[in-house]
Amino acid sequence: MTAALLIDFGSTYTKLRAVDLDRPALLAAGQGPSTVTTDVTIGMKAALADLEHKLGKLPVFKYRLASSSAAGGLKMVTIGLVRELTAEAARQAALGAGAKLVGAFAYRLTPADEKHVVSLAPDIILLAGGTDGGNVDVIRHNAQRLAGLGLDCPVVLAGNRDVGEEIAGLLGARGKIVHLAENVMPNFGELNIDPARAAIRRVFIDRIVHAKGIDRAASSFDAVLMPTPAAVMEGARLLADGIGNRKGLGDLLVVDIGGATTDVHSVAHGNPVREGVIQHGLPEPRVKRTVEGDLGMRHNAATIVAAIGHTRIAQRSGVSDATIERILAAFTADVERLPESPEEIAFDEALAWAAVRIAVERHSGTAKTVQTAQGPVVVQIGKDLTALGTVIGTGGPLAHGATPATVLEAARADPAQPLSLRPAAPRLLVDGDYMLYAAGLLAAVEPDAALALALGSLRPVGTKRSHEQTYQAS
Amino acid sequence: MTLEPGDIVERAVGPAVGRTLVTGVIGADTHIVGNRILSLALEKAGFKVISLGALTPAEDFIKAAVETAADAILVSSLYGQGELDCRGFRDICVEAGLEGILLYVGGNLVVGKRSWEETERAYFVMGFDRAFPPGIRTPEVIRLLNKDFARRAIAGHRPGAVE
Repeated sequence: MTAALLIDFGSTYTKLRAVDLDRPALLAAGQGPSTVTTDVTIGMKAALADLEHKLGKLPVFKYRLASSSAAGGLKMVTIGLVRELTAEAARQAALGAGAKLVGAFAYRLTPADEKHVVSLAPDIILLAGGTDGGNVDVIRHNAQRLAGLGLDCPVVLAGNRDVGEEIAGLLGARGKIVHLAENVMPNFGELNIDPARAAIRRVFIDRIVHAKGIDRAASSFDAVLMPTPAAVMEGARLLADGIGNRKGLGDLLVVDIGGATTDVHSVAHGNPVREGVIQHGLPEPRVKRTVEGDLGMRHNAATIVAAIGHTRIAQRSGVSDATIERILAAFTADVERLPESPEEIAFDEALAWAAVRIAVERHSGTAKTVQTAQGPVVVQIGKDLTALGTVIGTGGPLAHGATPATVLEAARADPAQPLSLRPAAPRLLVDGDYMLYAAGLLAAVEPDAALALALGSLRPVGTKRSHEQTYQAS
Repeated sequence: MTLEPGDIVERAVGPAVGRTLVTGVIGADTHIVGNRILSLALEKAGFKVISLGALTPAEDFIKAAVETAADAILVSSLYGQGELDCRGFRDICVEAGLEGILLYVGGNLVVGKRSWEETERAYFVMGFDRAFPPGIRTPEVIRLLNKDFARRAIAGHRPGAVE
């Protein structure tokens, strides 16, 4: 047997997946607390002990690969020129690298912005601005301002190539660590975020893992490859595209419901499906991640209730208004609390339903009809996901009691919102063993096994956990 | 390309060579063909063209010009609403730091019984540097771009700068 260990240094738990690469199959899952803020090795040892307890004896692992979202995740600040253009491209690059975006700035940094950037204490700053051959003044100004700030975080520079070296030199002369990447928007309207994404990942591996103290546990892993959201994204990409002769599932959407955020990943071009539709705005990255920082199941439970409406939560959960208030207070007081009573479970399920509904609505594009002298024209902004085939749910609430069928149904298009281009009739699957991140990590070294493991973890909603019912690609 | 006697060839010359131009059809106007022909001709003439296409709001012209440090914006309007759509265009440019940018407008700008002179004046008042009557040929646009960029080069203009 050839075994691999996939580690997720999360913000609440240290999660392990031990897999057999030959079959390929999940051997066992182990879990310990997250102890990155004190000593990462404590949680790692606890998780390994849990795994050993389940397996009897730990196998020799050929690979021990990790992802991390601990210690606040990979905190990034992005800076661009026009908000909808290079500033947006920079944002997309950071989100695609699995970062936790703590601030997104556009145009010239003001003294107030500078103070704000310092207070956000980012792990990495992504500085963009200007198309190649375009504006140089604003990125130069912003670099000069950044050079004078008391921040020692690395800067990934991905702006107008005309001044790349000049600005790298300017920042370097003031002691900043600079990584020069290709422009996130080399030509107007052309998104080029992969080079910046790769540069961010390199900085993450080379510096951030150490800065967060995760490398203290270096004896129990080979490498921390990427932030956990990036690993989930790699898993999603592998599931959609397949590998070699093994076909993937095609265009898909992954909804990752968490305590602090709800993430949505889509792997789909999202081009207009209907003829004659005009697309506006920036082109969309085929593999796109959006993060809803106000839709965390625990940290923002009250926000979710407010966004969807108290009445709807009450209707869906069958829980009275007074009880909702009581549960909300309990969840807010203890963000690690798992639902216990039937009422809490019903409420949690309604909350997850609302989070999925709003997060997928924000991720999906919109189509609006514009009246012109030549008749009505449909203008599409964002991705058209109406024809998308598969929605996959992952994350805590789906593992802890909520009915996946009820929760994931919220990702589907709602006839009451005809302008939202959400998936019309996707099959709904659940990542039953929480294998997406693990598959994403493994994809770099053993893509075939990674795909088989990811597929093996998928279950159609409404069925019990059973390996006889795992989903297979056609 | 071989030149035959009598061929009219207009190319960007002198200070106009390689200048960045933003083109598009403003407002709820889907007439794209003329604008596309113009954009292709300008590109062939040696300009760098940022083509925004049909149904473009005024703000999008300006955003594109800021990011690309464009030297001129060429607005097309063919459906009779040009004056409404272009109202305040120069003001938005000034607001975005594009004070000196060259602004052209063309298409079907004459509405009703108004004369071309009156129409042209209305666009000058809105801050456009040139307005073009229907039926204008692309070599004429290129010739005037050459002229305007040459004049600005002498005057020491620095278009496209965000101050």
